[in-house]
Amino acid sequence: MLGLDTKDTRLLIIVAIMVMAAPILLNPFPADSAMAQFNAGYPDLMQRFVIFGIFAIGFNILFGLTGYLSFGHAAFLGMGSYAAVWMFKLLSYNVVPAILLSVIVAAAFSVVIGYISLRRSGIYFSILTLAFAQMSYALAYSVLTPITNGETGLQVYTNDPQILMGENSPNVPHLFGIEMRGTADLELGAWTFTFGNGYYLAALMMLLSFYISLRIFRSPFGLMLRAVKSNQNRLTFTGVSPKPYTLAAFVISGMYAGLAGGLLAAMDPLTGAERMQWTASGEVVLMTILGGAGTLIGPVLGAGLIKYLENIFSKINDGILHQWFAFMPDGLEDFMVTILHPFIGKGWHLTLGLIFMAIVIFLPGGLVEGGQRIGRLFKRRKTDDASSATTKPAE
Amino acid sequence: MGILEVKGVNKRFGGLQALGDVNLSVAENTVHAIIGPNGAGKSTLLNVLVGKLIPDSGSVMFDGNSVLGRQPYEINQMGISRVFQTPEIFADLSVIENVMIPCFAKRDGAFRMHAIESVGNEKNIREQAEAMLDDVNMLDKRNMIASVMSRGDKRRLEMAMCLVQEPRLLLLDEPTAGMARADTNNTIDLLKEIKEKRDITMAIIEHDMHVVFSLADRITVLAQGTPLVEDTPEKIKGHPKVKEAYLGEAAH
Ligand SMILES: Nc1ncnc2c1ncn2[C@@H]1O[C@H](COP(=O)(O)OP(=O)(O)OP(=O)(O)O)[C@@H](O)[C@H]1O
Ligand SMILES: [Mg+2]
Repeated sequence: MLGLDTKDTRLLIIVAIMVMAAPILLNPFPADSAMAQFNAGYPDLMQRFVIFGIFAIGFNILFGLTGYLSFGHAAFLGMGSYAAVWMFKLLSYNVVPAILLSVIVAAAFSVVIGYISLRRSGIYFSILTLAFAQMSYALAYSVLTPITNGETGLQVYTNDPQILMGENSPNVPHLFGIEMRGTADLELGAWTFTFGNGYYLAALMMLLSFYISLRIFRSPFGLMLRAVKSNQNRLTFTGVSPKPYTLAAFVISGMYAGLAGGLLAAMDPLTGAERMQWTASGEVVLMTILGGAGTLIGPVLGAGLIKYLENIFSKINDGILHQWFAFMPDGLEDFMVTILHPFIGKGWHLTLGLIFMAIVIFLPGGLVEGGQRIGRLFKRRKTDDASSATTKPAE
Repeated sequence: MGILEVKGVNKRFGGLQALGDVNLSVAENTVHAIIGPNGAGKSTLLNVLVGKLIPDSGSVMFDGNSVLGRQPYEINQMGISRVFQTPEIFADLSVIENVMIPCFAKRDGAFRMHAIESVGNEKNIREQAEAMLDDVNMLDKRNMIASVMSRGDKRRLEMAMCLVQEPRLLLLDEPTAGMARADTNNTIDLLKEIKEKRDITMAIIEHDMHVVFSLADRITVLAQGTPLVEDTPEKIKGHPKVKEAYLGEAAH
């Protein structure tokens, strides 16, 4: 189906069902229960899951397939956001032109930055991309203030032209009248499920992105990208020029980043230079590696996990910790809170660092490898059972 | 006029004259062996031929066109394939993928953005690759990851990757090094068969004299970067200079 073999079709369908049902699946705890704080099924957070999922899927096409590690992809995400907000300012709050321009702008910049950075490989490539991204950040933060509105950040003002704005057009980002902020609630007993328009737009874009990445992985083009990673020397002596392949991968991943940036702005029509900072570039690297670089579904899982944990850990404060450990004697309670304090709230990056270290050391293939190991464990159990059940083991 | 004409090629590495005034003419559809002691400059010469190194002076013509100044991938597209002294394969891809890549390269050229087609649907390419693997007796290993194979198998795989491109000139840098006797003989048979079946010219570097004398139509002896003699295998066997420079030394 859709040019995919059965296995890939099944994967795509499973992902589609999960994404579509996410508002329900991610809300397992009743709204009033103490566990409700661990729910993730509200539009604001789920939007971040899928948007950063798109970012990571694209990044994986470059890093996972060709092995070129860019440390500057947040620059394209930031450019995408700026482009989208400008479309809101100049045309109207319709997200279609905004998203289109964000992808185009990111593509244009990634051609230039990619062309220059790809003159080097390995660590020098990484440093070049990092340098470009930091330059972009610095420009956005100060020099280009007329375009980016500097420190304040770019947003839409009432006196902006918005030339395509009709009488009845909504005054918030919308898709032909469907407001991104709009939600529909479903109450089922103690549970409340919220379905957001914005989430579903972003989710559909993620499914499309995932599908395209699937096709690229299975294509001759994808095979060449993996050949670049495996042995560039052999590839050149086989009559293939690696440069255009790596540049194409770079631009595709840049466009994915631009799309993610455009969607972020479509969900919330303002943006700032901090989206381009190196920490943001580093985050997508972590997402990809955490989930499993070079795997299809890994980047999405990595993005989801990081954004979920970020949400949980940065919300926890000392007060909540005191509640958790209230059952302990006072001295011990204070001690536990003091120990855990650096890992929560603003200190959540410390936790992320530890998780990342653990994954890289114990599960170098990321979450996907973890899943495969568990799968194999079950399979072995099953075959053990099967062989012990039959008297004559089949050869 | 040979299909490959090397004239007056010099290459220095610092104070070391790796190639000194090398002249070599390889006639079409022959097997030309290049022998010589370790460090004689044999691999360096191949590096010049495939565009990996640029010589300090001299000219290299392939089928009437200069190869100097061209990128390695362009030289390959002209019809020159090379098997390296240490196997250069796509170690973390499967054996069949290793062979399909050169097939795609031959079909699509240096770059083509086939991003929407599926490798699984490319029956032609797969059949071509499988036929080639069958020729080198590796069809049963097609789904193995290349890195886990023995050194001898890696060499055979690399040879298959070169042969599947149907090059006009095949350069082989010690193709049987690290192979067991039986595999060496299989390789000799394979190369003989290829030579009879196709229009192909081969330049082969080899330390194993059994391989050299089974295959070569002509032999060039290289010593300290300079061709000592060039002649037929029979003449080379008895040549006093060769015995002195090479065969005597190789008898250790
Ligand atoms: N890139 C390089 N830089 C510096 N010196 C080099 C380089 N490549 C080769 N040499 C030197 O040039 C000389 C010829 O090397 P080459 O590899 O061509 O020898 P060879 O005839 O292939 O020997 P072997 O039989 O051991 O493979 C050697 O002394 C080697 O150390
Ligand atoms: Mg050598």
